[in-house]
Parts: sequence; structure tokens; C-alpha cells
Amino acid sequence: MSFLPFAIAAFLFLAGLYGIVSSRNLIRAILSLTVVQSSTYLVLLGIGYSKGGQAPIFADIPATSKAVDPVVQVLVLTDVVIEATVTALLLALAVQAHKRFGSLDPQDLRTLRN
Amino acid sequence: MSRTARLLLFGVGGIGFGVVLVYGLSGLPAFGHYEGVYGNVIDGVGVTLRHGTDLVTALNFDIRGFDTLGEEFILFASVLGVVLILRQMRGERERPARQEADEHTLAGASEALRALSLAMIPAILAIGVYIVVHGQLTPGGGFQGGVILAAGPLAVFLAGRYLRMKIVAPQTLIEIGDAAGAMGYALIGVAGLALAGAFLKDFLPLGAVGHLLSGGQMDLASAAVGLEVSGAFLVAFSEFLDQALVVSGEQG
Amino acid sequence: MTLLQIAALASVAIAGGAVVAASDPLRQTLVLSVYGMALVMLFFVFQAPDVALSEIVVSTVGLPVMILLALRKVQEHERERENGEDES
Repeated sequence: MSFLPFAIAAFLFLAGLYGIVSSRNLIRAILSLTVVQSSTYLVLLGIGYSKGGQAPIFADIPATSKAVDPVVQVLVLTDVVIEATVTALLLALAVQAHKRFGSLDPQDLRTLRN
Repeated sequence: MSRTARLLLFGVGGIGFGVVLVYGLSGLPAFGHYEGVYGNVIDGVGVTLRHGTDLVTALNFDIRGFDTLGEEFILFASVLGVVLILRQMRGERERPARQEADEHTLAGASEALRALSLAMIPAILAIGVYIVVHGQLTPGGGFQGGVILAAGPLAVFLAGRYLRMKIVAPQTLIEIGDAAGAMGYALIGVAGLALAGAFLKDFLPLGAVGHLLSGGQMDLASAAVGLEVSGAFLVAFSEFLDQALVVSGEQG
Repeated sequence: MTLLQIAALASVAIAGGAVVAASDPLRQTLVLSVYGMALVMLFFVFQAPDVALSEIVVSTVGLPVMILLALRKVQEHERERENGEDES
């Protein structure tokens, strides 16, 4: 039972990869990429958690109480915001690909040739 | 290659990768038994060292401030990419924007939805500024407050007045805000270099634990990152908005 | 592991599967918002309030707005192309 978070993270990673490979629409592939990225958040937070630990914010609990690891939370926190902007970049690329080739199917995209 | 061949190849590769992934993850210490040293050290000394009670923000902007500089510029660069890609290509022309999109009120956007959305804007902006400024005391900081601030002008969009959002958040202003935030963070680092001897070293007095003006430069860095994140998201939103509602396609 | 954590993990797994299995992008966007809320619950239960704060706004407001605007642009472009082919 203590392996459950990592098992679910592995499931999400593989499910997202399957979504990317098997989608007929570029935007569906981009959304499946979001699922893959969130599986890494799960692994990181699962590593840092310690049983009985509280959030690493000592505003109202004594400064010597047990807390979870704050370093992995920093990594996941900035990653969440950056993932949104990178997804925006991918969406912009998909919109311009549709404008150029007329379809969002990955099979129909050819190399950019002017 | 054809689609079935691709799926078959993924099936074989995916199973192999899944086995290795599960084997690798099972080598980690069991969930709940954290064995790292760095985290426990930070939990123990972080409050007395940097005089801030929220250790995540203290790590973000003070102890590991250099990482935040890099990540902030990743954000800046990807929004720059969005702007470059979506600017008008040859052969496109702008529709007469005024009357067409103003008639585009949401089908079924009742007066209640409009009134509620407009009433939410000051609340959203106030909460955003509060979370940015109180980052070193309670959960919050530049990144969280920045995205909340970016959701403020979106309430105008939700109220059905699409183009009014461009008046509330004009293009030049949000671009200047985005760039000023990114530059501001780097300037704080240079000020640390000039006044305290090392890049991004703390040069302001640390103050008392638990008060608003504590933590040295954490507040300034938090405000710079908040400005940059909200500017970046608003630039991305308004570029997509332009593409969807204002710019029309090729001749035809 | 407390019961709350097991429930949060199960809801994340189910919602993640639903995102991949959704049929068209519009439906997938709405399921993505629900998946974001499930992740927020998970982050809270794992004692990470800062992470949960940033994930709330990004996944319920920020990302779906951009996806819906991109979808609308694609749809409109297809409609214009069809009209152009009919006329010519």
C-alpha cells in the first residue's frame, strides 16, 4: 500500500504516452502531454512526504515540529506555472500548423517547405 | 508509418518501459519514510536563518533564488515564442473588430452572470496582491499571486465583453509589465552583487520573524516575479484572443 | 497512509484516465479542469498548500481559456475554408 502513489504516477505516465501516440488530433496530443507532466509532480511530492509531517509553514506551529520536505515543493510549484506557458506555446504551434496544412491530423503534416 | 504499426510499436516499447519504470520506482524509500538530509536541515534552521515563516517561499526567492531566475526566464521565453508565432502572417487582415465581436456576447450570458463577474474583479485583484505580498509569512508568493492577478481581467472576458478586456489590460501595458518584472528580478540580483558582495545575496535588513516587512529581499523578489507571471499570462491570453476573434484567415 | 490520501490518489487516477479517453478536444478540456481539481485535493492532502494554490488557478482558468480560444480559431478557419471552396 505504500507503493500506491508511485504506481499511480507510473500509470498516469503510460496512459499519457498512449494518449499522445494514438491521437488523431494535435490538440488531444497536447492535452495528454499535460497528464504526463502531472505524473512527475506526483513522484516528486511522494518522495518528500514524511508520515506525520505537516506543511513546512511555521506561522502557527512551533518551529521544531516535524514537517515535510520543502525543496521538492519548490520544484513542483514553479513547474506548474511553467507547464501552462509551454502548453500555450504548443497550442500556438498547432494553430499555425492548421493554418498552413489545413488539418490537425499528425498524419497529414508534412515538413515545412515553402 | 501507418497507425496500427505505430500503436504496435508503442505497445512493445510501452510494456518494456513500464516494467523498468516500476522497477526503478520501487527502489525509492517507502512512501512516508523520508530519508533526505537537506530537507530536514532546512526545516530546522530555515526560520532562524532567513526570518521567514513560509519555508517554500524562502527557498524560492532567497536560499535557491538563482533557480527562480532561470525558471522565470523560461516563462518569459515561451510567452515570447507565443507572441512571435501568432503575430499576423501575410495574407491575413483584421476584421472590423468593433461591432462584430461586441455582438458576440455569450449565448445565454444573463445579466446575473455579467454582474457577478464584474463584481468579482476587485476581489480577485485584492486577493492576488495580498498573496504576493504575504508570501514569506503564509502560503503564497510571486508565482501563486501572479496567476491569480492574471485571472482578474479574465472576469471581464467571462462577462461577455470580449474586447473590453483589451481596454482593461491594454497591450503595451502588459508587455511592459512582463518585461519589467523579468528585468526587476535580475536587477535585484545585481544590487546584491553591488551592495553585499555576491549575486542575489540578501542586502536588506532581515527584520523580525512574523512581521510583514521581514525576510529581506523576499518581498521585492516576490513582487517582481508576480508582475512578470501576471504580465506573461495576460500577454498569452490577449494573443489568443486576437487570433480567435479579430484576425481573419487568408484571402477568401 | 490515511483514508483521505487513498481517496485523493484514486480520484486522480480515474480523472487522468478520463482525460486520455475523452473523444473530442472540447470534452477533453472540461475533463482536464476536473482533473486539475483532483490534483489540487491531492496536493492539499500531501501537505503542500503552496503548490495547490498555483495549480488551482492554472488548471481551472488559465489552461482551458487558451485551449478553447485555440479550438475556436481552428473551427473558424475550417468554416472559412469551406465557404471559400464553395464560392470558387
